[in-house]
Amino acid sequence: MLRATLKSLLGRKLRLVLSGLAVVLGVMFVAGAFVTTDTLSRTFDNLFTEGYATTDVAVKAKPRIAVSEMDGEQVETPLPAALATTIGQVPGVAKATGVVATDGARVIGSDGKVVTSFGPPRIGMNWVGTDELMQLRQGRGPEKDTEIAVNEAVAKAAGIKVGDQVAVLTQLPKKTFTLVGVWGYTEGRDSIGGVQEVAFTTPVAQRSMLGQAGVLTQVTVRVADGESATAVRDRIAAQVGAGYDVKTGKQLAEESSAQFKEALGFFNNILLGFAGVALFVGTFLILNTFSIIVAQRTRELALMRALGAGRRQVIGSVLLEAVVIGLVAAALGLGAGVGVGALLVTLFGSMSGGLDPAPVGVPLAAILSSLIVGVVVTVVAAVLPALRASRISPIAAMQDVATPDRPLTRVTVTGAIIGAAGAATLGVGLYATNSLWLILTGVLVTFIGVALLTPLISKPVVGALGRLFSWSVPGRLGRLNSGRNPRRTAITAAALMVGIALVTGVTVVMDSAKQSLAAQAENTIKAEIVIGGDQNGPRPPTFDEGVLARTAALPGVRAAAGVWNDQAVIDGERTYVNATDDLAELAEAYGSPALPALTSGQLAVSNQEAAEHGWAVGSALTVQLPRGEQHRYTIAATYDEDAMPGSYLLPAAATREFGITQPVFGFVRLAEGATVAQVLPQVKALVADSPEVNATDRSSFINQQTGDFDTVITMVQILLGLAILIAVLGVVNTLALSVLERTRELGLLRAVGLGRAQTMRMVTVEAVVISVFGALLGVVVGSGLGAAVVRALESEGITDLVLPWTQMGLYLGLAALVGVLAAVLPSIKAARLNVLAAIAHD
Amino acid sequence: MIGTKAPEALAARADDVWKVYGSAEARVVALRGVSASFARGRFTAIMGPSGSGKSTLMHCLAGLDTVTRGSVHIGGTEVTGLGDKALTRLRRDRVGFIFQQFNLLPTLTAAENIRLPLDIAGKKPDPQWWDTVIGTVGLGDRLNHRPSQLSGGQQQRVACARALMSRPDVIFADEPTGNLDSKAGAEILSFLRSSVMEHGQTIVMVTHDPVAASYTDRVVFLADGAIVAELDNPTPESVLEQMKAGEVLV
Repeated sequence: MLRATLKSLLGRKLRLVLSGLAVVLGVMFVAGAFVTTDTLSRTFDNLFTEGYATTDVAVKAKPRIAVSEMDGEQVETPLPAALATTIGQVPGVAKATGVVATDGARVIGSDGKVVTSFGPPRIGMNWVGTDELMQLRQGRGPEKDTEIAVNEAVAKAAGIKVGDQVAVLTQLPKKTFTLVGVWGYTEGRDSIGGVQEVAFTTPVAQRSMLGQAGVLTQVTVRVADGESATAVRDRIAAQVGAGYDVKTGKQLAEESSAQFKEALGFFNNILLGFAGVALFVGTFLILNTFSIIVAQRTRELALMRALGAGRRQVIGSVLLEAVVIGLVAAALGLGAGVGVGALLVTLFGSMSGGLDPAPVGVPLAAILSSLIVGVVVTVVAAVLPALRASRISPIAAMQDVATPDRPLTRVTVTGAIIGAAGAATLGVGLYATNSLWLILTGVLVTFIGVALLTPLISKPVVGALGRLFSWSVPGRLGRLNSGRNPRRTAITAAALMVGIALVTGVTVVMDSAKQSLAAQAENTIKAEIVIGGDQNGPRPPTFDEGVLARTAALPGVRAAAGVWNDQAVIDGERTYVNATDDLAELAEAYGSPALPALTSGQLAVSNQEAAEHGWAVGSALTVQLPRGEQHRYTIAATYDEDAMPGSYLLPAAATREFGITQPVFGFVRLAEGATVAQVLPQVKALVADSPEVNATDRSSFINQQTGDFDTVITMVQILLGLAILIAVLGVVNTLALSVLERTRELGLLRAVGLGRAQTMRMVTVEAVVISVFGALLGVVVGSGLGAAVVRALESEGITDLVLPWTQMGLYLGLAALVGVLAAVLPSIKAARLNVLAAIAHD
Repeated sequence: MIGTKAPEALAARADDVWKVYGSAEARVVALRGVSASFARGRFTAIMGPSGSGKSTLMHCLAGLDTVTRGSVHIGGTEVTGLGDKALTRLRRDRVGFIFQQFNLLPTLTAAENIRLPLDIAGKKPDPQWWDTVIGTVGLGDRLNHRPSQLSGGQQQRVACARALMSRPDVIFADEPTGNLDSKAGAEILSFLRSSVMEHGQTIVMVTHDPVAASYTDRVVFLADGAIVAELDNPTPESVLEQMKAGEVLV
């Protein structure tokens, strides 16, 4: 039996390749995810080990608010500069250096634009000389307060050289320095991990990065020869007391790396999610292929049964075939996955601007998961066809192969039950528990249910779709062919449905959110001019606080209110907070009911937040900001969450304790009679020194706010494109097998005068009908899923349900195109059939 | 028989046709210089033992297969050397086919199958001729049935009606009764016979059954790729006799 199986397997290479390809693509994503995360995590291990290589022990003040890598950059609590001297006297310390180094030094390049970053921080630091890793490439370190040095990565990205006047944005407004030095790192590197570094003299670094003189972010320690870092660490810890974190360089490297790995884990899950979708779609394809193979092998299998093979042997034969395909495909997928992983790592490296990826490795997890996933998916998909094969009676060997249409009752009833169960699970997940797992399971089960219902739906829908093509004989024949085997058509279309449904669902949710947000902004924002910018690095774009007062002083401007943004811990809970210099004016700008101006020690809270915590006007809350001590604030006013930015609004005085002390938005209201056309150019001129932001009119601002949704939609479309690609393979597969199956029919048609072009058209119509049917199902199911999610998110402010008709039309059109493309090879094959050989074909 | 009529009175003609498969040692000569003419309005049978080349001759005549040497004409048109497009046209407009089995598209009804070549050509059936053919085939109420709902004999009758519908120069029938019981076979043969008698249709039929051959006007005997004998106005007995003589010859 084994030999017979392998022989029949090799005899059908095309089918092998096509059904295997789906598994290859799915496994490729799985292996790619593991390889990427593994390589990147080793990259970060190396990076941080390297970054802390010259630090034996580091002393930092305990952060006021602990922020992980996932939530943004940690704001360091400043420590007194005198501590460096104290630590320098601890026995075993060879050298203690007071360091200022924190995110937020943005260099303005020679093109007048801020040098951007896609992840690594933009560190502003004090110059403390070079160490074993650093190498001055040109010039020297800064000696005067008007001088800076930068690392090679900054110099290259900004297009600046020693001797240039370079403007830098820090906590202070734009300031110009003379570039006196450029440094790099050992082995010719321009930076460590793409981090941009700007070095000032210590007093300048303190003022511009920390906003006060005489403070540091950390003290780094080299221990004397023969001393152990841990022993010295413990001695320093005892000396400095409980307010400080004293850690060895090794500890710090491990901690930083661990935080990055947490972020990578998230990335890994996203990739695995898409792999899951791809494999789910692939399962349909494999199921279909095996069903067709079993149908075609009916005589062969019946003969085996007649010759004495048992049912188990028949099942075994089909499953063995699945295992072989699964193994081969998994191995190929693993290979492709390593390639994809290497590509992603390289991409990641170049995007982050100078991250040196570790050599690509293949972790055991990648190998095991690839093999297991590949084989399990293939075998699971082959179980049903195998069972069907085992039911073939030996008599079938003697009869003409006639597969009567099996009634669809059972599959329809099962589909209805499963579909209802899926919808119920989805409903519970969305409306009751909010559990992501329940929602995902619901979606998956709903897909299976709909797929099972598809054969029933396919009869009328495919018939109706096909009528569009019935004006020609090849079109009519194609339509009839596509309605011939409802199960096969249904599974092929269902595979396409999954991808299209997901894309449509996401589009519905995103468009609805966008529309709701835009409508809300449209209703609330009354400010005629808004100052703000696009995110161009890990920290939000900010501008010089002085711009607000200068704008307010312009003729034609009634008032300008600034908004600051940061994190805080309020009554023990970490949250985002905003601050404003003029709450009354901000309320006006947002068209919200009047709010009083805040005095120091007062804050305003949204009604929703207040209700949740049981607060009222007059309640006192403890507020810990990124810098400074904990304070008590009293609630001075409450407001409707939808009508104002954020849940908490603090007075401008609080921003001195923010990590980012500059405003992120400015809302400008014009005086009676003034026009945007008059005032906007003047405001633009005022923000010219803050190149991270721009002044725009109200409608551009609203568009800018909703632009992110389009990016998300595009990303999802690209990633789900893979699932759609696999579904297209399914269409190709189904058609290729249909052509093979109908060889004699094609021969007959050709004999009675069907031309080659007509034959191709007939096959193409079949493909287009199947594809458009799948896309139609996908659009309908996706709209349903999307609408369900939107309804569930109504309380979150997504009030408008938007059905993206244009996109849906586009997907249908795309499906038609996909059908045409999928038909290319099978139709050529059909047209090339030798008439005589086809007629004689058994 | 050969050359007794003017060329335009011939429905099909083969001149010194050779057909060689493979090359070198695997060389098989299926036809060695066969020349034959098929007059309009006549019913001709091609007979011969298996491997005699009778099917090959028919395929070459019908433009389904290419000849190695020699030429084939259908109704005055040279078939030899035509491209796929012209051949397709020729088959569609001027040739009718009846195969031994699998003559009909399972997705189409009997009526649709009959109309298929006309539909492909974008022509409408002549209503009078339609009624005549349908009437003679005698399918009556089964016209809207699909092939799977018809008996073997009924399916072959549909195939015959399809071949007749476009009034081709010649109908080629390859063992049309091979899969039928004798009663159904006789019905088909009588039907073919009457379409020759009443409507002047030309039919060339490959068969190995002496009874089937007796329905024709003339029998051409092939052996080993060459014509070995001809018989006019055959009866089952005369055909059988000729066949026996042939065996002795070979």
